[in-house]
Amino acid sequence: MAKSQSASLDRKKLLGDPIMVTTIVLLIVFLTVFILYPLAILLVDSFISDEGFTLNTFKRVMDLANFRRAITNTLKVGFLVGIASALIGLLFAYVEVYVKLRTRFMEGLFKVVSMLPVVSPPFVLSLSMIMLFGKAGIITRFLLKIYDNSVYGFWGIAIVQTLTFFPVCYMMLKGLLKNIDPSLEEAARDMGASRFKVFMTVTLPLILPGLGNAFLVTFIESIADFANPMIIGGSYDTLATTIYLQITGAYDKEGAAAMAVILLVITLLMFVIQKYYLEAKSTATLSGKASRERMLITDKSVTVPLTIMCSALAIFVILMYICVPFGAMFKTWGYDFHLTFKWFGQVFTKYKGFKAFKDSFVLSLISAPITALLSMIISYLVVKRKFKAKGFIEAVSMLAMAVPGTVLGIGYIRGFSGGLFGSGILQGLYGTGAILVIVFIVRSLPTGTRSGISALRQIDKSIEESAYDMGADSFKVFMTVTLPLIKDSFLSGFVTSFVRSITAISAIILLVTPSYLLITVQINEFAEKGSYGIACAFASILILITYSSVLIMNLVIKHFGTSRRIETAD
Amino acid sequence: MAKEKKGVRLEHISKIYKDPKTGKDFYAVKDANIEIEPGSFVTLLGPSGCGKTTTLRMIAGFESPDEGEIYLGNEPINALTPNKRDTAMVFQSYALLPHYNIFDNVAYGLKLRKMDKETIKKKVIDILSLVGLEGMENRMTNQLSGGQQQRVALARALVIEPGVLLFDEPLSNLDAKLRVSMRTEIRRIQQEAGITAIYVTHDQSEAMAISDKVIIMNGGLVEQISTPQEAYYYPNNKFVADFIGEANFLEGVVKAQDVVEINGADVKCATGSMEKGATCSVVLRPEGAFLGDNGQVQGTVKYSCFMGAYQDYHIQVGNTQVKIQEYNPKNKKIYKVGDSVFLNFEENTLYAL
Repeated sequence: MAKSQSASLDRKKLLGDPIMVTTIVLLIVFLTVFILYPLAILLVDSFISDEGFTLNTFKRVMDLANFRRAITNTLKVGFLVGIASALIGLLFAYVEVYVKLRTRFMEGLFKVVSMLPVVSPPFVLSLSMIMLFGKAGIITRFLLKIYDNSVYGFWGIAIVQTLTFFPVCYMMLKGLLKNIDPSLEEAARDMGASRFKVFMTVTLPLILPGLGNAFLVTFIESIADFANPMIIGGSYDTLATTIYLQITGAYDKEGAAAMAVILLVITLLMFVIQKYYLEAKSTATLSGKASRERMLITDKSVTVPLTIMCSALAIFVILMYICVPFGAMFKTWGYDFHLTFKWFGQVFTKYKGFKAFKDSFVLSLISAPITALLSMIISYLVVKRKFKAKGFIEAVSMLAMAVPGTVLGIGYIRGFSGGLFGSGILQGLYGTGAILVIVFIVRSLPTGTRSGISALRQIDKSIEESAYDMGADSFKVFMTVTLPLIKDSFLSGFVTSFVRSITAISAIILLVTPSYLLITVQINEFAEKGSYGIACAFASILILITYSSVLIMNLVIKHFGTSRRIETAD
Repeated sequence: MAKEKKGVRLEHISKIYKDPKTGKDFYAVKDANIEIEPGSFVTLLGPSGCGKTTTLRMIAGFESPDEGEIYLGNEPINALTPNKRDTAMVFQSYALLPHYNIFDNVAYGLKLRKMDKETIKKKVIDILSLVGLEGMENRMTNQLSGGQQQRVALARALVIEPGVLLFDEPLSNLDAKLRVSMRTEIRRIQQEAGITAIYVTHDQSEAMAISDKVIIMNGGLVEQISTPQEAYYYPNNKFVADFIGEANFLEGVVKAQDVVEINGADVKCATGSMEKGATCSVVLRPEGAFLGDNGQVQGTVKYSCFMGAYQDYHIQVGNTQVKIQEYNPKNKKIYKVGDSVFLNFEENTLYAL
């Protein structure tokens, strides 16, 4: 049996569609040049020296005591943060899905918590952690009268990262718990199991793969995190910060490349396990929709402690965010609590705030529509079309999810500062705003693609086939059918990408040149210097921007979204 | 209405798929040779997984054949994409564009053909009245019932005046009553439009009611191409006999031309070119025999049940049990379980395989 004829016919059909072919070729070039190539160049850098293939660079960096320490530090933090976030996420998800607490207040709390990871710039919690619990911290110094408390180091990073990442776990686990058929648990209850027993023997085993999934996702986020360890890590270095210092402090490019390769290998390994083993497993066990409403737990002995735990945590996190604008309004944090607009003023008068906001805003605004469109095109190709390079496109755009920003940044420095392969081609890109836009795109592409893919999977493939059958070519089908049907996903991809870009730091900080001032880089700089007032002022305005863009998006979707109308159709 | 009726010809068409579980290749369609006359209504009929939908999707262009060539009229179309083929399909799930209203759904294909607004408007209104949806232009698709959505899908396919109209189990999402009235409707519209139609279904009564010819498929193979009557009375093999209507298979031995011995009795039965002395299976339809105290082939009643329109019997004949339905049981003798009876065959009802 030879399948050659259908393959060649499919190829012919594809080639008869020039727009489609051009799109695919451009996509492959883009993904290869801006994702694969920079990573490949890191391998070249670290394995090949003037004398050819060598392991010396790896030996050299492994001999550095601080690098070995950074590896163990990173893994230790990642492990703890992964477990803590998964557990807290489970607590929140369980309370939302299983426990009856339908008060306005609690609903609001849960909503805020679920929105935090979307709108929060990466290091805001580190800032407020220092301001609340540091040497001059309001809680430590003024309430508890502890004058030498140090928040820097292992516990600081771990707490801040846990509070930053647990909402992601909460959202993931909420989806899984909702899919559990309540009759499974009712059957167990009916046979005489206590509520705790049901949780341990039915609910928990069912979501165990999902819990593992949540753990790994957080683990990857934690070890890739640059901003928090930078600000609150103190002398406790993690891989991301060590790599950054290796290239910006020691100017050791080969060494940094080798370190980046090691970090990349760790995250890739975790990513592969997560993506291809746990993700499949966690949805396979819980694919069915719940058959009917779940009887919520009303038992006071369960609801009261769970409610208190959740609200306390949620309020604590919200307080930490509120702390930031106040930090920007006190004269001297920790000493002089008179309100002042001095810091906000200085942002704009002394520290070129306008330029910083303009640069960040404009670059993010350029990259957002490109990212949104690109991810919709990729998802369309992946879900709806079949062609040879499809696997490549899907794999590479998902791969970008596992690449820590710091690694990508080093890859771009090594890959583009001298042009492609040092040849000078595309060298003009380096140091421009364009390369920053490209980094923004690459960093947000996986999330957009993911949401596009899941939106497209909901759409019956015959809807597009019918348009195709009526005589529309691929381009026409995409523009008149696909895109209108996933408008919501497109819009949210637009905003998510905008917010991610404007709050990005890890890769950008390595690539930005003095001609561009970016808000996040400014915040990092002032926080490092200890100028918390200025840092907070910058951060408050940033939060304001991100929060209002999400609000605007929700309004737009509410008014112009089509998906809702379509969903109610069947 | 259609500008030109087109025939369809499939020459040695095969499609190979990979079994996702075993990873082995298998033929979803194997060496199909089909000739469809211009203007005729042809049904691809078979159980699920027989390759009927794959065949239809190859004609539409969504799948590419691994062997053979497909012709639309006299034009080979293997390498054409679906949008360049002169076919229009009515989908099982209707596949209406949910973000458009009825008018825009029907006008979609016309707009792609760059017609002017006035012509489009006229054509859409005309076709909507043909399918019985006049005045519904401005509704959204989700405001229509399943049957109405099906009509829109039909109108949308008809309005572009395709050379061939394709139907992929269009009625399977409708309730039983609506299915029956819609199939009559589809047949009427096809005749009125004078268009070539290829229709996929697994429902044999639907196929019989609607088609000029049926193409019966099983396991990727074309088992028979004929009129529904021929398929019923002269099935090519046991599968076709069993799939079209109900069939009993009696063991027999060919005694002479058109004479077969069944359970010790010689009966008249079409034997075709079968040799004398050959063993054969004789196809007996449940309504093809009546019972009597004496007659041709003897048997024992194993089951007897009043069904209203008929009395349902299971009769043990030799090693096989046959199902017999005697209509109008009120005026006939009712046999009980254990009774010995004789089967009498109506003229021209037996067919040996």
